[in-house]
Amino acid sequence: MTGPLAWFSALDRKLVRDLWRMKTQALAIGFVIAAGVSVHLLAAGMFSSLEETRRAYYERYLFADIWAPAVRAPDALIAEIRAIEGVQAAEARIRMPALFDMDTMSEPATGEVISLPDAGESSVNRLHLARGRTPAYGQRDEAVVLQAFADAHGLDVGDTVPATIYGGRSDLRIVGVALSPEHVYAIAPGELVPDDRLFGVMWMGRRALARAVDQDGAFNEAVVRLSRGASEAAVIAELDRILDPYGAPGAYGRSDQISDAFVSSEMDQLGTMGRVLPPVFLLVAAFLVNVVVGRMIAVQRAGIGLMKAFGYGDWEVTWHYLKLVGMIALLGLSIGAATGAWLGHAMAALYMEYFRFPFLVFRASATDYAVVAAIALAAILGGAAFAVRRAAALNPAEAMTPPPPPDYSKAAGASLTRLSALDQQTRMILRQIIRWPWRAGLTVAGVAASGALLVGTLFFTDAIDAMIDTSFSVANRQDMSVAFTEPRSRAAFHAIARQPGVMAAEPYRSVPVRLRQGPAEERAAIIGTPLDARLSRLVDARGRPVSPPPGGLVLTDDLAARLGVRAGDIIAVEAAEGRRPSMEMPVSAVATSYVGSGARMEIGDLNRVMGEGPLVSGAYLSVDPEAADALYERLKNAPAVAGVGLQTLAMERLQEMMDENLGTSLFVFVTFAGLIALGVVYNSVRISYAERQRELASLRVLGFSRMDVSYILLGEIALLTLLALPVGAAAGAGLAWYLAQAMSSEMFRMPFVIAPSTFGFAALVVLAITAGASLLVRRQIDRLDMAEALKTGE
Amino acid sequence: MKPVEESPAAQGRPCFVTRGLTKVYGSGPAAVQALRGVDIELPEGEMVVVLGASGSGKSTFLNIVGGLDTATAGQVLFRGQDMSRANHRELTRYRRRHVGFVFQFYNLMPSLTARENVALVTEIAENPLTPEDALALVGLEQRLDHFPAQMSGGEQQRVAIARAIAKQPSVLLCDEPTGALDSATGIRVLEALKTVNDDLGATTLLITHNASIASIADRVVIFADGNVREVRTNTQKKQPKDISW
Ligand SMILES: Nc1ncnc2c1ncn2[C@@H]1O[C@H](COP(=O)(O)OP(=O)(O)O)[C@@H](O)[C@H]1O
Ligand SMILES: [Mg+2]
Repeated sequence: MTGPLAWFSALDRKLVRDLWRMKTQALAIGFVIAAGVSVHLLAAGMFSSLEETRRAYYERYLFADIWAPAVRAPDALIAEIRAIEGVQAAEARIRMPALFDMDTMSEPATGEVISLPDAGESSVNRLHLARGRTPAYGQRDEAVVLQAFADAHGLDVGDTVPATIYGGRSDLRIVGVALSPEHVYAIAPGELVPDDRLFGVMWMGRRALARAVDQDGAFNEAVVRLSRGASEAAVIAELDRILDPYGAPGAYGRSDQISDAFVSSEMDQLGTMGRVLPPVFLLVAAFLVNVVVGRMIAVQRAGIGLMKAFGYGDWEVTWHYLKLVGMIALLGLSIGAATGAWLGHAMAALYMEYFRFPFLVFRASATDYAVVAAIALAAILGGAAFAVRRAAALNPAEAMTPPPPPDYSKAAGASLTRLSALDQQTRMILRQIIRWPWRAGLTVAGVAASGALLVGTLFFTDAIDAMIDTSFSVANRQDMSVAFTEPRSRAAFHAIARQPGVMAAEPYRSVPVRLRQGPAEERAAIIGTPLDARLSRLVDARGRPVSPPPGGLVLTDDLAARLGVRAGDIIAVEAAEGRRPSMEMPVSAVATSYVGSGARMEIGDLNRVMGEGPLVSGAYLSVDPEAADALYERLKNAPAVAGVGLQTLAMERLQEMMDENLGTSLFVFVTFAGLIALGVVYNSVRISYAERQRELASLRVLGFSRMDVSYILLGEIALLTLLALPVGAAAGAGLAWYLAQAMSSEMFRMPFVIAPSTFGFAALVVLAITAGASLLVRRQIDRLDMAEALKTGE
Repeated sequence: MKPVEESPAAQGRPCFVTRGLTKVYGSGPAAVQALRGVDIELPEGEMVVVLGASGSGKSTFLNIVGGLDTATAGQVLFRGQDMSRANHRELTRYRRRHVGFVFQFYNLMPSLTARENVALVTEIAENPLTPEDALALVGLEQRLDHFPAQMSGGEQQRVAIARAIAKQPSVLLCDEPTGALDSATGIRVLEALKTVNDDLGATTLLITHNASIASIADRVVIFADGNVREVRTNTQKKQPKDISW
């Protein structure tokens, strides 16, 4: 460009002035972009941060790849295990369920005690010591406690915890507080929700623990790290072969390790959220910005004519306006990036509450930033370029006179608008919509999209309520489950059932099994319960209890799907306990289960196929809340009891967790969906206002009040919003359905349930936002300067 | 301002009286004195043509008299009522009941037909003509159901006049109504305005750049630099068809 610097600055001054004049609109567009950008950064950044954190943590603390439990295997075997092809490191250890009697609560805390090598550091599953030290060799009662448990009970180095391990009572002295890669998500087996108070882990010296649980010179679990590229399946097969004579139920990999499975499931869900919602936000934002910017520039035709009259070329005019919208895009991007990073940090802190990593730093990658910047800029500049090119193509004189009246003769042929019952203002609204159906459609689509986002995100609470309701009120109605240290006779069950405070009791038998159908193999537990169980049972798709018929097996739907079996098929069952019989069994029904998965049989049938007497693994109890504390006290001291699951507390805790975590993310999504609606409606009305300023001023001159004039402008958006509501509801239902499918994992299946109140709330939010945006524009109408608007210029 | 009683035109009282009418746009060094104390009396029922250089304050005067804008200082009396102290609502009422406006660029509602554009006003007026009668007065009885985009500039301007007169206004205010039209079309528009002035007796103020139009007026007011420089009364009125430019 050859021109003197002077015009450059003159044009740039105009740029700044234009931007200032349209500041509200620029902000509204900026916020829509910011909403799309920050949601995307948040989800993508959170996902990559968690993934990176987990990777680094596992790597540094030598998280195991395979766990191989046994009943009692001789120490010497570990050499054989280390020699397996593909094993990089292996440790033999002792791992025992335990009950902890905490004086801060009456309920017993369930948990486990794990051995640490007496000398040196473990080559698999190292602890991250937060405070203190590991137990000294020869000290029988020293232990390291899991930090989450310690925090929940205010435990610290020097405190003592009474524990029941393998039927024996001992007082463990805390010498250290630690995090462990095996307990990132600290949860008791069979539970749904982590509760730091109710689940504890302690680590003791190998020799001390071996003495306490009668495992001298032996181990009951091998943990293995694989070398790079080794086959997990091959090593598991070898481990099973070696440990088979020692009562091994079968080795398993990380996908069956409870903490990692939960972390993975959580990350899968986050990944899905990240893949589905932010693109929707970003696309809606891009689309709106595109439309809005196009119309905004169309209104600037007089200014464009003036620039061209001064001798600026088409390209210079185009460049000027691209800079203008580019500034708006940058504004949106910076607000979005800052908000996204800020929310990311807040969310990372939230995740740290139940993912126990030693560190979790929120960091969105450069790629994440580049992607959002590219999409936002492309959307906004693309939208502007088209409109600017059209405006620049006008000859200057034409551009500076008011545009000729748009032709309504064709569109208005729509006989509806000829109805003589209509007043002229209403007729104008209808014709405006019919004349510009595309524009009206876009507004409807934009408002509907934000409505859909609202429904699609709020649906989560409905789905989880339904999930909790089915799981706890229909399927698992017990208050408590008691697990024995090993299968016991019926007498043990009756002893529990007779305890004061127990209002109802049902025995259960739980047998770990492998289920096979063709090449598909799944580890699961078959639970045997009495016929017509009233406490714990499976339910069908309509929420009715399903009882396993004699000799038949009932599978949960997710397990059936993974095995590829349907009701009526025969599957191979291999028990991993007792005499470990193998058999073929008919699948007599498939049950719906939102939480957890498994198989059910009648308890007598299960005992029979196991070739055992009437053994029970534990009991489900319904408990009088008044007598609960006394019952807890007796259970804590019962040597046969290995663990106590507290169903009622779990439900409360789940509800609480959902309120906290889901509540926070929902708030974020709802806010952003609201911002999008606000952006659409405000811009839509504001631009209509700019386009029709002359018309509105004329109406005021003719003696119409501000109210009358507002009706013409705001009546249109009100009508379009009303049209958008059902569209948004339908699209929201679709989005919810898709999310329900996409977010379901092995742990949770999301039911597709949307409460009427969700639709109502979403509609209310959209209507409130329309009203708010309308009020903003209404203020402009009130200030409409008739004399000014009717001049020739603008 | 109290509602102006529907007094029959004459009774010798002037339609508008202004005293020291002043309008300043902006403030400080950027302030523009658009009107500098205008004193004038305009009798009922007259056809008044307003002439003056561009920027001399004609439109500002018309806008204040028509209740579109308020004066910075001074008074406007409409049939003896002081409008300077009227609020927004009262000004809206005043425009609705008494004033018909015609602009250089017509300002029709593009989404409404000729008939509907007029009906827009008759629906809120107290004693209106029917839209059909109003359009017949300006010679558009054949174009009732045409949209603005389907009409020529002159036709659009005549619809605007029909819209302005349909409420049977007390005053008709026209800001360069022929400015965007060729001579022949402009004359048709002037004829329409004259018919209205004769038939309905509305006091008519007509701003123009075109000195030859002055010969159709009862009275000619010439603005210069924010004030009235000269007021002439025509003894011999010409018919619109007898002038040309
Ligand atoms: N809204 C406004 N703001 C600032 N100055 C104005 C405004 N409207 C008119 N003016 C100024 O007031 C003076 C009179 O304008 P106007 O009444 O439009 O003149 P005319 O109609 O005779 O051409 C001019 O100098 C004009 O620039
Ligand atoms: Mg003027």
